[in-house]
Amino acid sequence: MQGSTADQNQTDITYAATVETAEHHSEHPDLRLFGFIVFLVSESMLFLGLFVAYFAFRVVTPNWPPEGTEELELMLPGINTIILISSSFVIHKADTAIKKSGDVKAARLWFAITIAMGATFLAGQVYEYNHLGFGLTTNLFASTFYLLTGFHGLHVFVGLLLMSAVLWRSRVPGHYSETSHFGIEATEVYWHFVDVIWIILFLILYLL
Amino acid sequence: MKVPTAILTLIIGILITLASLWVSQNNGLLPIAAAAEATEIDRLFTAMLAIATGLFLLVQGALLYSLFAFRRQPDDATDAEPIHGDVSLEIVWTAIPAMLVLWLGIYSFDVYQSIDSVGTMGSHNMAHQHGEMEMVAADQGSDSTRLVVDQSDVSPDPLSPAVATETVEPLQVNVDGLQYAWLFTYPDTGIISGELHLPVNRPVTLNITARDVIHAFWVPEFRLKQDAVPGQVTHLNFQPTEEGVYPVICAELCGAYHGAMKTRSIVHSGPEYQAWVDSQLVANTSRETVAQSVTTSPLEHHAAAMGLPDHLHESHQSDLAQAKHSPSAS
Amino acid sequence: MTEAQAPAPHLEEVEVTPWREYFSFSTDHKVIGIQYLVTSFVFYLIGGLLAELVRTELATPASDFVQRETYNELFTMHATIMIFLWIIPTLTGGFGNFLVPLMIGARDMAFPKLNAIAFWIIPPTSILLLCSFFVGPASAGWTSYPPLSLMTNKAGEAIWILGVILLGTSSIMAGLNFLVTILKMRIPSMTLNDMPLFCWAMLATSALQLVATPVLSGAMVLLGFDLLVGTNFFNPAGGGDPIVYQHMFWFYSHPAVYIMILPAFGLISEILPVHARKPIFGYQAIAYSSIAISFLGLIVWAHHMFTSGTPDWLRMFFMIATMVIAVPTGIKVFSWVATVWGGKLNLCSAMLFGMAFVSMFVVGGLSGVMVASVPFDIHVHDTYFVVAHLHYVLFGGSVFGIYAGLYHWFPKMTGRMLNEFWGKVHFAMTFVGFNICFLPMHVLGLQGMNRRIAEYDPKFAALNLVCTIGSYILAVSTVPFVVNAVWSWLAGPKANSNPWKGLTLEWTVPSPPPVENFEEDPVLAIGPYDYGTPKALDFVAATLALPTPALAADSSE
Repeated sequence: MQGSTADQNQTDITYAATVETAEHHSEHPDLRLFGFIVFLVSESMLFLGLFVAYFAFRVVTPNWPPEGTEELELMLPGINTIILISSSFVIHKADTAIKKSGDVKAARLWFAITIAMGATFLAGQVYEYNHLGFGLTTNLFASTFYLLTGFHGLHVFVGLLLMSAVLWRSRVPGHYSETSHFGIEATEVYWHFVDVIWIILFLILYLL
Repeated sequence: MKVPTAILTLIIGILITLASLWVSQNNGLLPIAAAAEATEIDRLFTAMLAIATGLFLLVQGALLYSLFAFRRQPDDATDAEPIHGDVSLEIVWTAIPAMLVLWLGIYSFDVYQSIDSVGTMGSHNMAHQHGEMEMVAADQGSDSTRLVVDQSDVSPDPLSPAVATETVEPLQVNVDGLQYAWLFTYPDTGIISGELHLPVNRPVTLNITARDVIHAFWVPEFRLKQDAVPGQVTHLNFQPTEEGVYPVICAELCGAYHGAMKTRSIVHSGPEYQAWVDSQLVANTSRETVAQSVTTSPLEHHAAAMGLPDHLHESHQSDLAQAKHSPSAS
Repeated sequence: MTEAQAPAPHLEEVEVTPWREYFSFSTDHKVIGIQYLVTSFVFYLIGGLLAELVRTELATPASDFVQRETYNELFTMHATIMIFLWIIPTLTGGFGNFLVPLMIGARDMAFPKLNAIAFWIIPPTSILLLCSFFVGPASAGWTSYPPLSLMTNKAGEAIWILGVILLGTSSIMAGLNFLVTILKMRIPSMTLNDMPLFCWAMLATSALQLVATPVLSGAMVLLGFDLLVGTNFFNPAGGGDPIVYQHMFWFYSHPAVYIMILPAFGLISEILPVHARKPIFGYQAIAYSSIAISFLGLIVWAHHMFTSGTPDWLRMFFMIATMVIAVPTGIKVFSWVATVWGGKLNLCSAMLFGMAFVSMFVVGGLSGVMVASVPFDIHVHDTYFVVAHLHYVLFGGSVFGIYAGLYHWFPKMTGRMLNEFWGKVHFAMTFVGFNICFLPMHVLGLQGMNRRIAEYDPKFAALNLVCTIGSYILAVSTVPFVVNAVWSWLAGPKANSNPWKGLTLEWTVPSPPPVENFEEDPVLAIGPYDYGTPKALDFVAATLALPTPALAADSSE
């Protein structure tokens, strides 16, 4: 029954790019990564909602940020941004290592470096929080600032936990291999997601 | 006995149409229309009711008929004729609703534009007017702050048939919702009242806000409703056309006594209205009297618990001045 | 062939889920489905009880039955429970879980553990919500508009926010599972266009759950911060904007209406053809209109805010978008009518509820188009007209659909038939009670009765009394159903594997289906609605030859 148009229709709605090519076996294929990506689509709607709310607050408030709000320093967040973006490349190294040659050792190393970079980012964030001239409830701008960055920071923290879990599991020889590496792959996708969210955040909070 | 299907369909169609028209013309579902805008909205309602009744009769009729005509015979275990669809029929019942909806959308838009109840369609008068709105902090104790509107350049919207024949300036009334009462301030005269007094056949502009939570100003007989949002000023433009006393109802949940948050809107004849204004002005010379008459029991009870309003109005002076949320500003 | 005639050859015994399984962290989609159905039905009764208290208060114009604060708590919790703990979990979690894997020939959902977690979030959360009655529950309406929601019953409101976030999370998990299952787990011979329409509806629903629910969570987080930490996102007293909350809230809560009705559309599309013995009319139109509704449903939210001071161009955009939804919805309604037309109707309880669904939903749909029109909505917004409209959609629509589904699939779920006589009694009482209760509300709203009020103008007294009487009939109408369901589950006549002679895959397995459903992957032999063909006869004959499981109570028989 007129397959192609239907498929087109259906992919539009579900945001899944490669749906129809899936092979069907009685032992169904590993759908965890696909499911995880669908989850991230949902998660990004949460951030989208918060971003739009941020813009709405910004539009309806006459002076943004309200007078008397301390200017945001760009230096530290700028360095933080560079660290976080670079860490995406580092974690991708781990992915390449495991996929190409099943090199768990290399993957562990790259993961460890990514964890260090993520932790640095969080530490920088905490430092920034401690040296800002406004608190969570100072005004609408301050509240949105803390909420958005805090929510993102929470995601970074979860990312660190995920990576630590992967490190922990990878102690068992053969847990991750060339063919089986969902944990590594999913963590990488998640980390890229967190990274993209930060870039948007940095743009709208600090630069715009 | 055998009537051709086409003729039968035609007859049923005509009957349904007649029934729908009759129902919509004689529905008697709405209260009297006491404003020019209400008449327009009622006409829209009548049209929608006619269409809805027609579709209702069509679908229910078909279902009821099926219920009796297509009942399975007890000894019949076979399936019905396998009809999977009919493209032309499907096109028809996609296209007709689509056209109906399109027409209804355009008609609604038209009515909306002509009633112009928020006063911004196709004109930017209001934006200018808001620009000159200033807050006057007067007598914080008894009546909090009041909005004073400079209405020097408010001209009636030429698009609006409701006010096209009138060149009278709209009467400005500032409406303040608070738990659980309405306060009406007449900036021209400084009258403050717990009831909305209006002269018949003169355009009115309500500038609506709230002090504590969201309320909604609603007079069913005017068919007009507008949320009263704290920190924002919203507007309603209309022209009462029938003298009488109508309820003013809060239509947005505002707390435990939401159901009791009511007052009256009284539409007077011209002289009667003038008499009311005069009597109020006499009373106004001694402010205490007014304050007392306004601060009736429910108000008094809650005025104490309202640390919010004054602070709120102050912090929003600049916002109000720019009418940040008014539709025209966006 | 309505009941008890099951020829049921005992070829071999099939293992049946022991009852203890239903109280465990089972990962079997059928067990989880029934867990959802039973749990949420309990909350339907609780939510119904709250509604009866509300109607009792409204029997007279004065506020004389409960405290005014209590009244607000009652209707707030009524809506919250009915939406988040009854209709959404029953339709998506209950029917979705039980039916989707069976219908697409899968052995389970894509992520069985996630599925179980999604269900097990619900019982503790619902108990938490009920416990808020001890501290004074949320009382700002289920819409929970600030600043009012920030000023009343702080503890109850905090619990409410937490509850909504948790239930939202559960709903997202379920949606994710359905989306992946439907897209990736179908048997190879089943293309999307061979799927039963319920699966199409679930696909559209799960997309909505995934896209819209997170925004609600975002709004709840902000509201929670305002309530507990003292930020001022939505509090105008501190420079915030309550309208932003309304946008975020309705961005979820309008699609939520489609989350609550699309699966019911799907159920009806299954039930009508089976009992009309006729193919569904316009399969593709119905399937794609679900997708269209789901997409349009995401861009109409602000029609709940026509009186909120929304800018004009927005009002017009949302009005047109809302009205456009009438087109795909109309396509469905006409297709159902055409399906029934010329059929050979087996007027069992499932079919009666199914036809009543179409009939009642049309009323809600028509009043829905009316309230979409901005000038008219300005009059009826927040009145009993809207209350009538939403109950015609959510009760006349969703709940009638749920009942139709329960009567239709009860034999498959339990292996036993429901009693048809009491089913029809239940139907008659529900149908009559429902219309007596909600039809007069249209008039009340048009005449000027606003909603969410404990006291009203005495001129509305007569009609309100009628509504209250109708609501009592509705309350009583659940008794025959509950007794019938419990009795039949324990000792009803045994069902064969295909009592209604259906053609979808769930009828190709024994009733109740064994763990993992299919012994070997089924091959699609026939389209889901190919009634009236010789193939259908063969198919049904084959399904009737299946073994009948030995049921728990058999030993005592």
